[in-house]
Amino acid sequence: MDTTPLIRVQGVSKRYPDGGGAGTPVLREVSLAIGRGEFVAIMGPSGSGKSTFMNIVGCLDTPSRGHCFLDGRDVAQLSVDELAALRNRLVGFVFQGFNLLARIDARDNVALPLLYAGLSRGARRERAETMLRNVGLERYAHHLPNQLSGGQQLRVAIARALSTDPQLILADEPTGNLDTATGEEIMQLFDALNAERGITVVLVTHEADIARHARRLVRFVDGRVVADGPTEQVLGALHA
Amino acid sequence: MMRALLGEAWRAMAVNRLRTLLTMLGMIIGVSAVVLMLAIGQGAQYVIHQSISAMGANLFVVLAGATTSGGLRMGAGTAPSLTLDDAAALDELTSLAAVAPIASGTAQLVYGPNNWSTQVRGTTDGYLKLRDWGVRLGQTFGEAEVRSAARVALLGQTVADYLFGAEDPVGRTVRIKNNPFTVLGVLEPKGQSLGGSDNDDTVIVPVTTAQRKLFGSQVPGSVRYIMAQAVSEELMGRAEDDITGLLRQRHRIPAGGEDDFTVRNLTAVAETAASTARIMAIMLGAIASISLVVGGIGIMNIMLVSVTERTREIGIRMAVGARPRDVMLQFLLEAVIMSIVGCLIGIVLGVSGAWLASRLADITVVVTVWSLLLAFAVAAAIGVFFGYYPARRGARLKPIEALRYE
Repeated sequence: MDTTPLIRVQGVSKRYPDGGGAGTPVLREVSLAIGRGEFVAIMGPSGSGKSTFMNIVGCLDTPSRGHCFLDGRDVAQLSVDELAALRNRLVGFVFQGFNLLARIDARDNVALPLLYAGLSRGARRERAETMLRNVGLERYAHHLPNQLSGGQQLRVAIARALSTDPQLILADEPTGNLDTATGEEIMQLFDALNAERGITVVLVTHEADIARHARRLVRFVDGRVVADGPTEQVLGALHA
Repeated sequence: MMRALLGEAWRAMAVNRLRTLLTMLGMIIGVSAVVLMLAIGQGAQYVIHQSISAMGANLFVVLAGATTSGGLRMGAGTAPSLTLDDAAALDELTSLAAVAPIASGTAQLVYGPNNWSTQVRGTTDGYLKLRDWGVRLGQTFGEAEVRSAARVALLGQTVADYLFGAEDPVGRTVRIKNNPFTVLGVLEPKGQSLGGSDNDDTVIVPVTTAQRKLFGSQVPGSVRYIMAQAVSEELMGRAEDDITGLLRQRHRIPAGGEDDFTVRNLTAVAETAASTARIMAIMLGAIASISLVVGGIGIMNIMLVSVTERTREIGIRMAVGARPRDVMLQFLLEAVIMSIVGCLIGIVLGVSGAWLASRLADITVVVTVWSLLLAFAVAAAIGVFFGYYPARRGARLKPIEALRYE
């Protein structure tokens, strides 16, 4: 068993430039390690830096200061092509607004990462169909995203994130726009991924009920980690 | 990978059909203009080259000088200063490939009920050689006929048509100024000359026959002019000096005395015409190329819009693992496909336009494969050149900024 943490964030700060000056700090000196196979929920008020943290871990954004290690490698040292490969193979990102391509059908959306992984056309289609079957959408392969419900779109987004068999799933408020029942179904999918396949799951949420699926909860306030521990304990402290 | 990217490009273009078409229109117009203009320019050059080769290459004409009678100078060719002996002497020069003395005049030809007036040229077999002219039917005459002043004639195609119609003239007898001549052969048709006259409206007879039987001469053996052909283009200058030197010596003209003959370089005239045509072709092509560049700028414009419009899509693609070069390739392919498809349509339109021009306006057009290949290569290069900047702009986007773009 590899003992280096899958994610190690060390003293990471992020400021967004606001027309000169040092800019607004979004993350301040965040240090955090997440091991393989963990299921972590991240909570915090709006603007507390949760999404920025996810973007940095997902190699979409770069820290202003500090280091982010993925699978033991310092992300800052990687070339643009190596970063693209990390996003492609190591990380599956489920976005808040799903970010599906509107012009192509569900199957082609799921197959998109496989295109950049260099799979042949036939292999891409076959794999994408398998992924759709795993999320229960085999009958919707040729539907365009706008022909699908929110829950179905989310499933497509999850199937896409999983298509290259990543070790890490980053989900930014996946259930934010869904009703409770659909949200619960989706969470069971994440539970299964984590429990059965050992995939590390990090998800941002507003809802305590969603967060309870995770074993560990990290709370962000004003760009800092203010609480980090077993979910019930952190939630209990919050309500006390 | 390539196939998938081609599919992506195709889909992107299919979504905005009208915009794609309008973008390609610039390319279509540019390429068809280039193809059409090149066809017309090359057609003009072709016509001129035809005329030059009909005339013969590297030619000089040596004209006899002018006589002066009672203070009136009579014009070139009036003095009997050039003779057959001069021609024979010129023929010995190593810088000349062929020499033909010419004694010509207009005469009436009669065959049966038909008659025709034309220019009759008395010359030697050197004439056909230097004009690169052969016989279509029968045969030509040689030295023996010239020496014996034989009454034989070669008919130009036009003359043969007027006198004989469909009949074979070879071996028949025509009357020229009432002298019977045997038709030895019919010359190959040469078409129109640079000056616009009909090359084929002529009759060729031995020079001696022309002098003695047809036109007479003030001084026995004198001719109106002598044509001479230099061995090569490089030797034109030396040949001219040789001709002048030899004739001055033969005519005993003292140093400083005026020549009693004039040497003219015929090829120089033709070359002026050829270079005019070449300049015209280049200008037409250059003007048309401007529209090609404008078409390229149109593609760049739309590609920039397309990259901006699809910023979010670029962000999504990068988030799932697209490398900058994948994004670059996708947009570059789109630009190149648009310019190549536009180019193919433009080639079809340009060639049709050239065909129409030749049918309706009676313009000689020449469409060569290399001009089409050139248009194609330039169009593809324009696609790459004008597609590069927008594609690079897309490829350089930061994933997070592209994703946040609204």
